[in-house]
Amino acid sequence: MRPVVTTCSYCGVGCTLEVRTLRGRIVKVTSPPDAPANRGNLCVKGRFGHDYVTSPDRLTRPLVRRGDRRTGRLEPASWEEALDLVARRLASVRERYGPGAVAGFSSAKCTNEENYLFQKFLRAVIGTHNVDHCARLCHASSVVAMNLALGATAMTNSIGEIRDHADVILVTGSNTSENHPIVALEMKAAVARGARLILIDPREIELARFATVWLRQRPGTDVAVLSGLAHVIIRDGLWNREFVERFTEGFEELAAAVAHYTPQVVEALSGVPARDVEEAARLYATSPAAAIFWGMGISQHTTGTDNALALVNLALLCGQLGRPGTGLNPLRGQNNVQGAGDMGALPHVLPGYVPVTDAEGRRRFEALWGVRLPEAPGLTATEVTEAACDGRVRALYVMGENPALTDANLNHVRHCLEQLEFLVVQDIFLTETAAMADVVLPAWSWAEKDGTFTSTERRVQRVRRFLDPPGEARADWDILSDLARRLGSDWRYDSAEAIFEEIRRAVPAYAGITYARIEERGLQWPCPAEDHPGTPYLFAGGLPRGRGRFHPVGYLDPAELPDDEFPLILITGRVLYHWHGGVISRRSAGLNEIYPEALVELHPDDAARLGVHDGQMVRVRSRRGEVTAAARVTERSRPGSVFLTFHFAEAAANLLTNDALDPRARIPEFKVAAVAVEAVARSR
Amino acid sequence: MSETVTLTVDGRPVTVPAGSTLREAAQAAGVHVPVLCWHPQVRTGSNCRVCVVEVAGNRTLVPSCSRQAEPGMEVRTDSERVRRARRVVLELLLSEADASQAPELLAYAAHYGADPGRFGEITARKRREPIRDNPFFVRDYARCILCRRCTEVCGVGVQHTFAIEIAGRGNRAAIATGGTGLLPDSPCVFCGNCVGACPTGALVPVAEFEARRDGIWPREPALRWSPATGFVAEEV
Ligand code: SF4
Ligand code: SF4
Ligand code: SF4
Ligand code: FES
Repeated sequence: MRPVVTTCSYCGVGCTLEVRTLRGRIVKVTSPPDAPANRGNLCVKGRFGHDYVTSPDRLTRPLVRRGDRRTGRLEPASWEEALDLVARRLASVRERYGPGAVAGFSSAKCTNEENYLFQKFLRAVIGTHNVDHCARLCHASSVVAMNLALGATAMTNSIGEIRDHADVILVTGSNTSENHPIVALEMKAAVARGARLILIDPREIELARFATVWLRQRPGTDVAVLSGLAHVIIRDGLWNREFVERFTEGFEELAAAVAHYTPQVVEALSGVPARDVEEAARLYATSPAAAIFWGMGISQHTTGTDNALALVNLALLCGQLGRPGTGLNPLRGQNNVQGAGDMGALPHVLPGYVPVTDAEGRRRFEALWGVRLPEAPGLTATEVTEAACDGRVRALYVMGENPALTDANLNHVRHCLEQLEFLVVQDIFLTETAAMADVVLPAWSWAEKDGTFTSTERRVQRVRRFLDPPGEARADWDILSDLARRLGSDWRYDSAEAIFEEIRRAVPAYAGITYARIEERGLQWPCPAEDHPGTPYLFAGGLPRGRGRFHPVGYLDPAELPDDEFPLILITGRVLYHWHGGVISRRSAGLNEIYPEALVELHPDDAARLGVHDGQMVRVRSRRGEVTAAARVTERSRPGSVFLTFHFAEAAANLLTNDALDPRARIPEFKVAAVAVEAVARSR
Repeated sequence: MSETVTLTVDGRPVTVPAGSTLREAAQAAGVHVPVLCWHPQVRTGSNCRVCVVEVAGNRTLVPSCSRQAEPGMEVRTDSERVRRARRVVLELLLSEADASQAPELLAYAAHYGADPGRFGEITARKRREPIRDNPFFVRDYARCILCRRCTEVCGVGVQHTFAIEIAGRGNRAAIATGGTGLLPDSPCVFCGNCVGACPTGALVPVAEFEARRDGIWPREPALRWSPATGFVAEEV
């Protein structure tokens, strides 16, 4: 039985999988020991969680809503009818309200090829930059911060360098063991080799066991803590003068901004003991190679951009960039969220992060695509929701995303989506969003398609078909091409590879990558020429922006603070066994069996005060909604804070979350909301 | 200290980086040494003794997967004494465990002419019932040769989870979890990295277990092995 070699469909680590199938089902998944990111190791999702592709729930025929938008039912239709309808309705909205009344959400679960075509569809066929994807909800702030300060928008270093080179690893806002399990293995291996781990996290996650120093801050006080580190580093002269002089600008402003954040001030603001701030600062600054890793605990705040800028400041201050085992490493969530951004599925940039406002860059794409492009950036995903409410956006095309479950403040989001004139959803399952659609188009899953994903370490890797698609489902790129033709564009792609060849011409960092070159092993961008070996770590020869820019930031309160009515802080997050909205992981029989329901983590002190025991059902309320789920009494969370997973539609955490946005990145504050918890009578 | 070490393997001089093991030195000399408990993810070994070699001046045979190469060592990987020792190791393993899904073990046994019946059947182990306590993989310890790859992978080798360990001694030794003995009640995170490392099919994904039980698992190529060629798959 020969395995098919492909790339995991769950997280951004990009593990190499060898998949064996029997009679149309996956029977065994292994990984070769020379796999670049994961050295043959896997986590439960990659090894045992891919049976969702053969779930009986897969969509197999197009669905069209017959009758009224609210009361009509989705019924099977032919492709001809469904695609005709989509083309007609999109054209009609464009005609009546202009191209800006159409918007699209692309998907970080889809391939590079599909993302490239999706944004091209919105831009070149419809004529709008209103295209975005779920990175808005996870690392938009990290991308904005890194772009402002460095001119780069990706993890700077490679996963393998953690084990092989890092002396100090600073992890913050990332429950790495559950969300990027393979990266956590590399961190643990590094610690076993003698590297030291600095953990900054309010929750007692697994990595706390491996930390030399653990700063357990109050949720939302990240800027204060990170400013405290910078303060100590400058106060004690531990910063890297040579690096700062040669490669940075704005040091004086930073020094002034952090002057106030003495370890004592930081302790008062964040609850982290002053001496731990001192120790962490010394460890990071004096290490020969120190790497920073962060996740959504940093980015999903109204101060998300400030948080990420504070991390960038630290790395610039200490010159912990441009060498193996150093760097600024946002751990990207979805399997292809890096690629979706690279492909320009963002409203303000074209493929390769060319700003849409850059006239020369725009002209290059106008020549490549043979169209005129609008000059103003489009709307972000979070803004599209608002625009749907007030009528600026009338038609929405969603490919493989589920805003009706994954956006903050769901009651409001669902209300907005209901205001649309036309909603088309292309997916593999009938998601909460698809259930609201006028047309649902059944797509191929990862198991059925060819293409490429770009992992969190910028590695472009092959995805290969190992199963036949169910029913009448069609490839995303094929559906898009068909629609483009119906709307008058002459799109003729005959394979994923043909699209990739166009990507190579569009995105210089991908120019040197060909399917033949990544047949065995993926390449890391930038890879500008066919004889270029790829780039394991960035900035070996300086910074793309010329000089890295320090950005002074100061501590701001989260948008919503606890009060008498809502006395607890809600943190939302993931668990090892599930994936984001749960659409796929809950259709894996094993994953759903081992972790079947949402749990509300409560500290024993809070539980005692509220009279809640382990396993009891509790109601969690915020200003925006309420959910009911079972309590788990544990010391993992700090007293005063509650943790809820966001994988379960029946206890959707986002009914509670705050949709207040980071002003620059437009990312909602998923990580801090004020809530009240009360026991409900029924016990499990 | 010099960066490299020169020694002879089966009469051939080889130079390897300091700190290399005798197994690695043999590999550099183009000689394959059989291994069972050693695995690239684990690197501890020293357990099964199938990799033993003879070092001039040493009274006992040494495990090549862990013993470091030293300057001037004269190593013999295929002497009569080595072959006899390996045969005995393999015969013991075959008598203790069901090797029918351990292609590497079977290939070594064929090469060294190991007679599976020589020690009789130690049936207590072979009669163990497969344990199905989780939705992901089956633990079929009738096939277990106690190589400890799984415990190493779960521990310091890869996971640092320490969900499983070796319990008991001698004939009663077994891989076990603490507490209730059930994996879902242990710290196990179901990464399956132990499954990936198990050389005997004692740890096997549920779907594979069922397909084999139902007789629909396709026939796989048998492996042949020799020190000169390493593993070669036979045509199916
Ligand atoms: S770590 Fe991520 S990429 Fe690797 S197997 Fe797990 S989910 Fe898949
Ligand atoms: S279960 Fe497999 S890996 Fe573990 S000791 Fe037994 S044979 Fe070795
Ligand atoms: S599956 Fe469980 S027992 Fe096996 S290595 Fe992973 S954590 Fe350990
Ligand atoms: S492989 Fe060396 S002792 Fe087992």
